[in-house]
Amino acid sequence: MADILVYALHYEGAFNKNSLGAVSEGARLAAEAGGECHAVVVGGSDLTDELCATLGRYGAAKVFRAEAPEGLAQPVIDVMAKVMDDNGHRYALFGGGLLGFEIGAGLAARLNAGVTMEVTGVNVVGGELQAERPILGDSSISTSKYKDRGIIIGRLNAFEIRGDGAGDAVVESVQVELSPWSTRAKMVQRGEQRGADVDIEGADILVAGGRGLGKAEGFELCDELAKAFGGNAAVAATRAVVDAGWYPYAAQIGQTGKTVSPKLYLAAGISGAIQHKVGMQSSENIVAINKDANAPIFEFSDLGIVGDLNKILPKLAEAVKAKKGS
Amino acid sequence: MKICVLVKEVPDAAVQKRIDPSTGRMDRNGEKNLNPYDTHAIEAAMQIREGGAVEVDEIVAVTMGPSTAIRALHKAVSLGADRSVHLSDDALAGSDVAATGYALAQTLKRESPDLVLLGQQSDDGECYTIGAVVADHLQMPSLTQVIQMDVEAGPPTQLRCERQAEYGYDTVQVELPAVISVGDAINEPRYPSLKAIMGAKKKPLDALAIGDVDIAADRVGESGSKVICGDFKAPPAKSAGEIIEDEDTNETVEKIVAWLDERKLI
Repeated sequence: MADILVYALHYEGAFNKNSLGAVSEGARLAAEAGGECHAVVVGGSDLTDELCATLGRYGAAKVFRAEAPEGLAQPVIDVMAKVMDDNGHRYALFGGGLLGFEIGAGLAARLNAGVTMEVTGVNVVGGELQAERPILGDSSISTSKYKDRGIIIGRLNAFEIRGDGAGDAVVESVQVELSPWSTRAKMVQRGEQRGADVDIEGADILVAGGRGLGKAEGFELCDELAKAFGGNAAVAATRAVVDAGWYPYAAQIGQTGKTVSPKLYLAAGISGAIQHKVGMQSSENIVAINKDANAPIFEFSDLGIVGDLNKILPKLAEAVKAKKGS
Repeated sequence: MKICVLVKEVPDAAVQKRIDPSTGRMDRNGEKNLNPYDTHAIEAAMQIREGGAVEVDEIVAVTMGPSTAIRALHKAVSLGADRSVHLSDDALAGSDVAATGYALAQTLKRESPDLVLLGQQSDDGECYTIGAVVADHLQMPSLTQVIQMDVEAGPPTQLRCERQAEYGYDTVQVELPAVISVGDAINEPRYPSLKAIMGAKKKPLDALAIGDVDIAADRVGESGSKVICGDFKAPPAKSAGEIIEDEDTNETVEKIVAWLDERKLI
């Protein structure tokens, strides 16, 4: 049997999209490998029977529910280790996101299992799962096989959500005693939004800025260009500059930020790290301006300009404005 | 209190990274830099020491790797660590992330640290995960990708940590001893003084093999790893985009506008 246990993260009454993708993927794989896909949810009283049962629509046959603090990895490790031991799951699967990395890695330590992260595809070969992971800046793909139990952590948006499951899942409450160290980290505040509220997900054109802008004021160049495009254009930012306080969190693209797919994504001073790429690679057209000709972003942009953005952006804003006026 | 900082030698950014097809392992020739994220972890340790909220008796840099990894330890010491520990053993070669985390945890147990710090990621491999593996073996609370950390003397001594998670910024209170991985936004690492660079080689360095720290040989190395990696293949080819070298900016801008116009993006 190759049963698969999928962690489903939830927040304020809704399941995480990457988790739903992972449940869908787990159901597909379990069906092919001749096993069942189960989900595990950890949290408080807002995890109602009704809410948990909806995971059946994504293909989970059963949902294990445990009451424990939410938003932290270690209580979930305790829960998943027990559920997997008690029920004989061979694989654990996670959608992309920070908690998946922490839970999956800790679970591998606890169960002495194999773990693969940043996975973009999973296949069934001879009834066993094999995970594909891009390595070395996405220049090669490596395949992981597992000697015993396997833990697979997806890359952000790697797994497609399919809502074609049979219906409601069976919900089973489980009691798990938390490890002493799991209770020594406490959530003080979760999901705090910082800075202005910006809508970048609905924009057709995004002008995104990174560290290459040099300073917070560099975003004025992006603002000007977005304004020149007018209409449905907005400014976005990388994690590095959001953490540095140059631009609001709501505008952040990537691993811990938002995922976007506008008609045009214009990246200014962004090197193109994987963590950023996963949030914008499905944009229809990608234009990159960077002074470093070796920046990874040129490997996945449709038009790349090697040059000084301080010279190019103002003139480009002017030219776009002129073009629109003509 | 004692702080251990896990450090790692990584390929220089300018060196082309590749997998050795005969072994399926990373070709580690050309490695010579301390992982940039680890310099933020050392800086975080130094700021706790200098912050004065708690007394820091010792900062110890710890690494696992071949003989060349000593260079990463020298760099770590030049940035402020008091001494270093180097776990090196042929039996460790080919360890996966779970085996590596186990070996590092066994090494750390010998030091009984109050706090283990590390960089949240390295460009060459196991992103975000090693801290969580180490923490589970050490039975310590853990948090990764931390971008703000304040010490509260207690008792119990606690860290107030901030990080970005799935739904925004989280603030988490962590009781020591703990394992914390930090992001690059947490601080601006200092540059080592010439004197510190020169003196780094004279600081104490413990060279350890797996027998010294009670590492079970069957849990490390290629045979002790639970993942078999191989079948390397090229990703689906994406047609290379057009590249413009900006020489005459007016001309460059004209080309960009024409490109955008052709695709009806203006």
